[in-house]
Amino acid sequence: MASKSKNDTKSGSDSAVSMNLKSYKKDFLFSALEKMLLIRRFEEKSAQMYGLRKIGGFCHLYNGQEAVAIAAAMAADMSRDYMLTAYRDHGHALACGMDPNVVMAELYGKITGCSRGKGGSMHMFDVEKHMLGGNGIVGAQIPIATGVAFAEMYKKKVLGQKDAGVALCFFGDGAVHQGAFHESLNLAGVWKLPAVYMVENNRFGMGSAVHRVSAVEDFEIKAVGYNIDGMQLDGMSFIDCYEGIGKAIERARKDSVPTLIDIKTYRYKGHSMSDPAKYRTKDELDKFKAQDPIELLKSAMKDAGMITDEDYQNLDKQIKQTVQEAVDFAENSDEPAIETIYEDVYV
Amino acid sequence: MAEIAIRDALNQAIDEEMARDKTVMIMGEEVAEYEGAYKVTRGLWKKYESPRVLDTPITENGFTGVGIGAALVGLRPIVEWMTFNFSIQALDQVISNAAKMRHMSGGQLKVPIVFRGPNGPAEYLSSQHSQAIQSFYAHIPGLKVVAPSTAYDSKGLLKTAIRDDNPVVFMEAEMMYSWTGEVPEEEYTVPFGKAAIRREGDDVTLISFSRPMRLLEEAADELATQGINAEVIDLRSLRPLDEDTIYASVRKTNRVVVLDDAWPVASFGSYVAWLISRNCFDELDAQVELVHAEDVPMPYNHNLELAVQVSTEKVVKAAKRVLYME
Ligand SMILES: Cc1ncc(C[n+]2csc(CCOP(=O)(O)OP(=O)(O)O)c2C)c(N)n1
Repeated sequence: MASKSKNDTKSGSDSAVSMNLKSYKKDFLFSALEKMLLIRRFEEKSAQMYGLRKIGGFCHLYNGQEAVAIAAAMAADMSRDYMLTAYRDHGHALACGMDPNVVMAELYGKITGCSRGKGGSMHMFDVEKHMLGGNGIVGAQIPIATGVAFAEMYKKKVLGQKDAGVALCFFGDGAVHQGAFHESLNLAGVWKLPAVYMVENNRFGMGSAVHRVSAVEDFEIKAVGYNIDGMQLDGMSFIDCYEGIGKAIERARKDSVPTLIDIKTYRYKGHSMSDPAKYRTKDELDKFKAQDPIELLKSAMKDAGMITDEDYQNLDKQIKQTVQEAVDFAENSDEPAIETIYEDVYV
Repeated sequence: MAEIAIRDALNQAIDEEMARDKTVMIMGEEVAEYEGAYKVTRGLWKKYESPRVLDTPITENGFTGVGIGAALVGLRPIVEWMTFNFSIQALDQVISNAAKMRHMSGGQLKVPIVFRGPNGPAEYLSSQHSQAIQSFYAHIPGLKVVAPSTAYDSKGLLKTAIRDDNPVVFMEAEMMYSWTGEVPEEEYTVPFGKAAIRREGDDVTLISFSRPMRLLEEAADELATQGINAEVIDLRSLRPLDEDTIYASVRKTNRVVVLDDAWPVASFGSYVAWLISRNCFDELDAQVELVHAEDVPMPYNHNLELAVQVSTEKVVKAAKRVLYME
């Protein structure tokens, strides 16, 4: 985990060499690798199916950012913690343990989808898995996550629940400027709420590079204004994310205090399927791809003798199979009946 | 006359007004370097540069308020909302400030500003991103509200909006940007408060505005094949509303269908229907029909979203009901 730094130094190409697997068990790391790879292959398949017009509308892919959602989910206890994110939500849905079949079926708009074909790509929900969406309005999930944290604090203090759950709130660098962000962080600071606010700083909000729309490029410094802890992490390093987010979750759970984390990551694809991403160079993209979170973890594990190329290929094969099954499931599922338009409006 | 897309007609209006008056500027998310999420501002940043063509962060409430403040002291800002769905974040500035400043100051202040962007349903976007919210704005005294359906009107009304000394909410539609239509070379404007009769007929009056106008044209074609001559009215401007044109038509046909792609409760269409019932009661041969979206949020699934929305078929059915043919 890095200290606060002025510059964007959190993802240099030396991360690969410096990733220290320390005392992590092989099974744990293998599971992290597997989960990240599942997201990557799922997103690749989503893009393909979008191209075939099986999926419509806005479809925002998570390629490149996998380490963030997976590290958070593995550091959390998803039986009592909650996740809330924006429209770039397929990765978080899978990280929460949602069934790839129902996520893909939702992308297809089928009745077997997690939101019964009502939500689509931007609105993955699974109450049982504690995935509270998939929000399409930039920044709108931040007060909602703050409310979840408030309820967890309340349940502990008023209802005598033993441990508080923690609200894991994800949003993009573009969302940081919304009033909703600032109002929420102040409330979390004043009321001491068990929330972890994670900026998935993928350097762009649509076509706007961070420096074009933000007076500062490192967002953890905003924590100071709300008297809460701030932290910066390398989003390309699973280990860095796991340790940093883990610490924030622990503090939230034990001491009921919020943390704001600026996680430096990168989005490989356009903002959505319709964005050709002409506002950045191929060199820049390649620089980040050279520190791909999946490749980084894989090569560190290889160096540590925990995995062979063959193991990885087998894993990949198995994951591709899982993703293909999700597509088959979606293909073979029914369209929702027209009368369902009147359902799910009121309880 | 050149045949151009609505997005280009809008672009020309902004370009010409910016060239004509240096106090005119445009701001919004991705309007400058990216040239607009829907390319309405293509080429303008290169021509006029920042701060006349200004990218903003994703802060609708903030930059909408900034536009209002600038308008109070001499600028004529155009605020682009990437879509009207996100304008909901800015409703407070529009309703509490833009619409009230003149009133609260006893007529001292004026707010010459245009709020514009695509309103109405798009495709495969689910409920937060696909809704027709014209009624929110039409409800508010102090605002002018316009919604063109052709390239000609898009340009002419936008120029009028930019020159107007009041806050104007200018509603476009994502699905309409690529529609084309004739636009003259020479300068022109289209006045507010004047409806357009798109087609004359004696049997039934069909009324709408914005993108659903196309459904009225299709419905009128369909009705014509069955020997029914529909009169088709494009309101163009909701506030001020051209009541005279509506009443004159209804007094001629004695039957009317109002089409509004919003939800039915407290919609602009329901207001127009009430006005007609109130003012043409004796001339009506059938109750006024309102064709509206189903009263539910928009689903993602395509079949479902089509079922929720207004359609040509629904208009034809309603027309036949007022003609007692169903
Ligand atoms: C309130 C609001 N304004 C505008 C939009 C349109 N929009 C969708 S995503 C986006 C960019 C957001 O960027 P960021 O927060 O950095 O997240 P990222 O897409 O990079 O994950 C914009 C402007 C929206 N969905 N909501």
